[in-house]
Amino acid sequence: MTAAIAKRLTLTNAFWIGALIFSFVLAANARGWLPRWATKYPRKWNIPVKQTITDFMNWLVETATFGLFTFQELTRGIAWLLEWPLAFATSLLSSGFLQGQGSDAVQILPPLTWIAVLVVIVAIGKYARDWKLAAFVGACFGYLAVFGQWNSAMVTLSSIVITVPFGVAGGLLIGIGGYRWPWFERAVTPVLDLMQTVPVFAYLIPVLFLFGFGPVAAMIATIIYAMPPMVRITMLALKQVPGEISDFGHMAGCTKRQLMWKVLVPSATPGLMVGVNQVIMLSLNMVIIASMIGAGGLGYDVLTSLRRLNIGAGLEAGIAIVVLAIALDRLSQAFVHRPPPVHIDPSQNYLQRHPWFVTCIAVIVGTGLVGLVAAPVQSYPEALQITTASFWEDLVKAINVNFFDQLEAVKTAVLLNVLVPVKRFLLGLPWGWTILLVTLAAWQIGGWRIALLSVVLSGFIVVTGQWPKAMITVYLCGVSVMFAALIGIPLGIAAAQNARLGRVIQGFIDTLQTLPSFVYLIPVVMLFRVGDFSAMIAVILYALAPAVRYTAHGIGRIDPSLIEAGVVSGCTKRQLLWKVKLPLALPEIMLGINQTIMLALSMLVITALVGTRDLGQEVYIALTKADTGRGLVAGLSIAFIAIIADRMIAAGARKARARLGLPEH
Amino acid sequence: MTQAPVKLACRNVWKLFGDGAEETLARHDGSPGEDAIKAAGLIGAVRDANLDVRQGEIFIIMGLSGSGKSTLVRCLSRLIEPTAGEILFEGQDLLRASEREMIDIRRHKMGMVFQHFALLPHLTVLGNVAFPLEVQGVDRAAREQRAREVIELVGLEGRENYYPRELSGGQQQRVGIARSLAVEPELWFLDEPFSALDPLIRREMQDEFMRLQNVLHKTIVFITHDFDEAIRLADRIAIMKDGAIIQTGTPEELVIDPATDYVAEFTRHIPRAKVLSAGSVMTPLGATNGFAGEVRDTDRIADIADKVEAADAPFAVVGDDGEKVGVLNRDAVIDVLIGRAVDRTPDS
Repeated sequence: MTAAIAKRLTLTNAFWIGALIFSFVLAANARGWLPRWATKYPRKWNIPVKQTITDFMNWLVETATFGLFTFQELTRGIAWLLEWPLAFATSLLSSGFLQGQGSDAVQILPPLTWIAVLVVIVAIGKYARDWKLAAFVGACFGYLAVFGQWNSAMVTLSSIVITVPFGVAGGLLIGIGGYRWPWFERAVTPVLDLMQTVPVFAYLIPVLFLFGFGPVAAMIATIIYAMPPMVRITMLALKQVPGEISDFGHMAGCTKRQLMWKVLVPSATPGLMVGVNQVIMLSLNMVIIASMIGAGGLGYDVLTSLRRLNIGAGLEAGIAIVVLAIALDRLSQAFVHRPPPVHIDPSQNYLQRHPWFVTCIAVIVGTGLVGLVAAPVQSYPEALQITTASFWEDLVKAINVNFFDQLEAVKTAVLLNVLVPVKRFLLGLPWGWTILLVTLAAWQIGGWRIALLSVVLSGFIVVTGQWPKAMITVYLCGVSVMFAALIGIPLGIAAAQNARLGRVIQGFIDTLQTLPSFVYLIPVVMLFRVGDFSAMIAVILYALAPAVRYTAHGIGRIDPSLIEAGVVSGCTKRQLLWKVKLPLALPEIMLGINQTIMLALSMLVITALVGTRDLGQEVYIALTKADTGRGLVAGLSIAFIAIIADRMIAAGARKARARLGLPEH
Repeated sequence: MTQAPVKLACRNVWKLFGDGAEETLARHDGSPGEDAIKAAGLIGAVRDANLDVRQGEIFIIMGLSGSGKSTLVRCLSRLIEPTAGEILFEGQDLLRASEREMIDIRRHKMGMVFQHFALLPHLTVLGNVAFPLEVQGVDRAAREQRAREVIELVGLEGRENYYPRELSGGQQQRVGIARSLAVEPELWFLDEPFSALDPLIRREMQDEFMRLQNVLHKTIVFITHDFDEAIRLADRIAIMKDGAIIQTGTPEELVIDPATDYVAEFTRHIPRAKVLSAGSVMTPLGATNGFAGEVRDTDRIADIADKVEAADAPFAVVGDDGEKVGVLNRDAVIDVLIGRAVDRTPDS
């Protein structure tokens, strides 16, 4: 029996080694050996999916009608509905309430003074946790004022303030639907999967096409983008409400509506707050990216600076985004962990019970009045602003002057030894052969279902004529993920082995994860200019976190008695790590790599801004031309690559976990 | 003893978990055996349960974990839809009640206490207790007035504005009890209400529960896995195993005449003196004269042991109407106290 398994194992291994060697030979010589259609999928065989989608969108906008109103009127109606709250928030935080249009506009009411915003934020910090948090978020907002980013930051903040409630409410309602009706959950889950793997840009294109260029379109894209995690978390949080609580609701005679809104949703609130945090962070990320279709604020500043290669200004705005992101993240995290309320003494009066609310109102009104006569109270005086742009400019210049050779040497070495060979290899392989290998691997790991899925999805990529660009995506993603794993897994091991180091690494990773993806581009472009190498570095940085986190988590959750068993058997530390901990943590590490791939793919699209030639660039070009069909097809192709990788790795992790007898997640 | 009317009855109730439960039942004429259920890939959580709960009694369903007692009580309250059978509440079959009727019955006639309290974390004690009235649409002043009354009844006055997590386990369950009583239910379900509490608190809560029942006289269905608790509180006990009720009777009947070895195993370690009454260990009235005194046939041995043991002569056992029905010997009492098998052959 064992001999038979060993024999089979060697057979499979031998097959894969042989296949790999053959692939190398094939990649180098396919052009000479095979007919042209085998290496390059002929254009005339393409199925015109792009054109169909584009035609459909045109039809939708130009002729579609629901009888009473046309589709275009519907989209305009939605835009109009969203425009009002957004305009209000922008007026309140940034521009003031205006009367009239354009340059003739007269301000009838100024926006909130910077002092008032600062006090409100500090008060929220204190309310959410303690004075420490209050001081921290206060300092963050203080930074925005002192370093001259206040106005842009307030524009960004006003989009967030409006999109988050919509995202949360929408996600909550869909999530409740999924909880209530199992068929609805079954229908929604694959859509959510797809939405979370389709790259960000792909959202922008149809939105741009339907809603035009501007803040409202950006907001709609942001809401759609930020909603999926809320849907998932809502379904999860509702399912996690103890059965007794819902039993109680029934026994109290609740109607279905009462049960949901008075019993289940309030009981699930702590879980739901995790979703709110996610919506906030995703909204921030998206609002920055959506500056491409007209969201103003910090994202717009970064984008214009990037386009002009104005490093100093870009970095300043980038840091402001980071500061804002960290402040919002800490605040909403504090709400997640906020202890439930304690009883209040009913003998207190209104002022005693709501000291913060009353103070905030007082400060808002007070500084508002003073601000009418004293400008420094209304907005932070320009004379006291500090700009660091020239400092960054000089620093980058200095690095580039002094370390140019070293940086260039690293870049060239990696390009020549890793990037270029891998790219050649993948592009040289005939598409049919690659699909065959992937499908065989999928079949071996996960059975015929996943094999079928991978044939269909990679087939889509071929017949829509995306194959070469998809291979560039795969190569960039693969190399970046490899590096991310090489860096991330040892970091994760170190974090798990040493508590103090673990905290440092954890802090570093947490910060990396809060940053909107855009921000990663700035230092990379500064040091390495544009190209595949820069893209790779940005992707590695962005996708590093899950590799570290899952590894540390996987090692941390090993049953201590197993480690003790290893120690008692006389393992050295090294043996303990290699023979006990890593094999047991393997399924978890695989999931980490899976997440790393997902993040890498989503970041790759953004790196199109620094000049890659992959599917991401295709999406980006489509965005600039508002070509929905082209953008969607490329976006879907990226999503399909992600789905194939995800299904295969998840199946592998399941297998590994079953083999080790570990519980399912 | 005159029997009170039946408040809640269940007839041939089945609950099979898994796909095709109804078909399996139908295939076996509504009564599949354990093997048939297993063969169909189903789990027989409740199998052919029959019981009658009489007005004003404490009816305890006792069983170990996995015996189906929680599923049965959820069938009785229709939180779980039984696969087959009838649940008769005051003669009306609950399983035929519409959703609206069910909501109505639960709002006004049923209350339930849960093992892990099931308090709503976002509401204060007052809010929790008033909640069942709130969903009925009772206005705030009236429902808070009523809530304060029941909070006082369970001894939690002064804590109205506390949140559940600020209270100890025992206090939380008092809130749970108060909440279930707020609507003045006729039928009171308690699902292992004291199992999550420390032993000392559990005892205190059992006493509290008996005190409340002496005031309220509710019809009670009480679930427990603790036979001591069942003996202490029950008027009657139904013992469940693997989804089936294997015996129903008073604590005394279970101790004297266990239906199966399984039941006997539970009763073996019970202090019999606390369960057995004079009537069940007395010997028939013989020619004996010269009684040391009289005891009632319903008196528990534990309560009268001291004086029977101290006296030289046997005691006469008298019934309801004061007529002598038997003789209680000192030896019989000692037998019960030390747990020896009761010898009921007539005194020679």
